[in-house]
Amino acid sequence: MKKSIREWFAAWDADRFDLTASAAGPMHGSAKSEPPSEPKLDEPIDRVAAGEIKAFQMIYPILAVVLGTVMIAFLLLTVFDLPPFGAADNPTSNEVALRYVRDGMAETGAVNLVAGVILDYRAFDTLGESHVLFTALTAVLILLVTVDNRYDRITIDEGFERMQHDRIVTTTANILMPIIVLFGVYVILNGHLGPGGGFSGGAIIGAGLILYGIAFGFERLERYLNFRTFRIVCACALCFYSLSKCYSFFCGANGLHTIFSPGTPGRILSAGLILPLNLAVGIVVACTMYGLFSVFKRGKI
Amino acid sequence: MGGFWNLLWNARVSIAAVILFAVGFVTLLLHRNLLKKIIGLNIMDTAAYLLLTSLGYIEGRLAPIVQNGNTDPSLYGNPLPAGLVLTGIVVSVSVTAVMLALTVRLYVRYHSLNLDEIYAMAQKEHGVN
Repeated sequence: MKKSIREWFAAWDADRFDLTASAAGPMHGSAKSEPPSEPKLDEPIDRVAAGEIKAFQMIYPILAVVLGTVMIAFLLLTVFDLPPFGAADNPTSNEVALRYVRDGMAETGAVNLVAGVILDYRAFDTLGESHVLFTALTAVLILLVTVDNRYDRITIDEGFERMQHDRIVTTTANILMPIIVLFGVYVILNGHLGPGGGFSGGAIIGAGLILYGIAFGFERLERYLNFRTFRIVCACALCFYSLSKCYSFFCGANGLHTIFSPGTPGRILSAGLILPLNLAVGIVVACTMYGLFSVFKRGKI
Repeated sequence: MGGFWNLLWNARVSIAAVILFAVGFVTLLLHRNLLKKIIGLNIMDTAAYLLLTSLGYIEGRLAPIVQNGNTDPSLYGNPLPAGLVLTGIVVSVSVTAVMLALTVRLYVRYHSLNLDEIYAMAQKEHGVN
């Protein structure tokens, strides 16, 4: 029998980590646990706990202020020992930065040296970043996909419903949506030629998707971006990135230029793997931004 | 300008970063509202980015994007801090998302965002005292 992922999560959550049921109830065994018992807000808090909290509330601000003052004083003292701002002979601009600037374009083919650093020399770091984003999205999904917050969601949904019939919002979204997505694609594709790249472009496209969802409803967006498409696209982008960078395990991060030539710097099809990697990162970031908003707003993607 | 003012001028961005960090830190410590604590943590993140990017700036030089094929190192700033700040921003976004999700769960369970009330209710529930 095939269950949807939501049902599966709900069953799993109810069996094992039933945070909504009372803590004193049975954890295992019963097929269906009791409906969640609401904590009573109007009952007076225990006297001991109240006294504890009162004492804590008296001491805590004083301690916090003292701790903050001491820490800020130490930080300010340290700041005056830092090298002057903007000087050319700072220890941060050492031989590493010098080498990146001098040989970066010839070795990676990227005109934007930052893109060359984060997607070629240190592409492993960026791989970890994409996985951190994806893991955060997964954690948020696990935490929120089974939440029974229908009481609180009603008011939020009413606000969004009103926004969906608002002429200003829908007209603005109609005009701006294509421009935003086009600009995001431009920023991603131009990542190795100028300011931009996968992270910024992906964030722009995600913002465009969120705007569309707010203005026209997420149900309309689901026609071409449902959870299935979302999973496939996200996983494919991450797998492509991981596979194209796993050679670092064998070559010690030095083997790229024998296989993929840097090409002519300044062309759109140049810089070896930087353009496809930018695309993969952009897809992951756009999916994550849209997914986070969607999960927070309605408990599913 | 005297020596002290010179020092102050040389450290102006770092001082701004420390002030921003202090604002975030005090927000994190003194507010009992979980959402405000998350906002404070984000302000502290911003201070760290400001300090890191200021370390890569060199007066009078261009951003590290090669102009007209000229790769003279004395023309461009340091490309490394920009990449590191990118990592920091991504991690901060992820941590904020997870913290907000946990806050939603707490709110659904206890109908409060105040840390003291949540603490008292949780203690009562688990039979402490």
